[in-house]
Amino acid sequence: MLLNEFLILGAVLFCIGVYGVIARKNAVMVLMSIELILNSVNINLLAFSLRNGSTDGHTFALYVIAVAAAEVGVGLAMVLLMYRNRRSVGLDELSEMKG
Amino acid sequence: MLAADMLIAQNVGFYIIAAIMVVGALRVVTTRNVVHAALWLVVVLAGAAAQYVLLAAEFVAITQVMVYIGAVMVLFLFGTMLTRAQIGAEDNLNNKNWFIGIPVAVLMFATMVIALNDGFGNEKLPMDAPVVTTQQVSDQIFGPYLLPFWALSFVLLAAVIGAIVLARRD
Repeated sequence: MLLNEFLILGAVLFCIGVYGVIARKNAVMVLMSIELILNSVNINLLAFSLRNGSTDGHTFALYVIAVAAAEVGVGLAMVLLMYRNRRSVGLDELSEMKG
Repeated sequence: MLAADMLIAQNVGFYIIAAIMVVGALRVVTTRNVVHAALWLVVVLAGAAAQYVLLAAEFVAITQVMVYIGAVMVLFLFGTMLTRAQIGAEDNLNNKNWFIGIPVAVLMFATMVIALNDGFGNEKLPMDAPVVTTQQVSDQIFGPYLLPFWALSFVLLAAVIGAIVLARRD
């Protein structure tokens, strides 16, 4: 297998995730797109770990998974709060901080 | 790429799983149904776990299945259930100017592909590398990376407390 195959797979997933973050309005969908981005990063970390013959990438990937779990927990709590206060999860309605 | 490389079973497996993952990821960002998006995300995450196995990372693959497919997806489905009025297709999921995302993603992808081809052109991964055992990973985590591990436990604690404080009704 070529190293580049895994890196380009990671790039494809990353770009799809970036498109999702930009295009989606529903906050839950934006969180899902962020999960796509974090997974592409993990694929890159593990590919480079295999290439360099070290296990550092595995440790980093595990830390990324843990931080992603924490992020989803807090993110969904914020989405719930938003839904409770406004009956909507549209990110474009959160415009109070606009100058 | 060499023709001989294409015959290796790992390569065939990689391309099949990669195609499934890309289709699933595209469905995640294009479908009109939030529940369907969550289920397509399961496909992508399971494909990522399979790729980790191909990359000789069995512990990370199992962690991916347990944490992402087991826990995070349940959180997403709960979030979907608690924040949506109707189950079914919605027209209101995309921004007004969602199409700006397409050139951004395409340009970013083109840049990355050029850079990656430039940097790693035909570099091969070692085919006979030994599988990284769980013991090696734990030696790393509880050895040189112990301090980040502690920091991570505080991150999780803060996330738990923050989620309770945010979502509590009072």
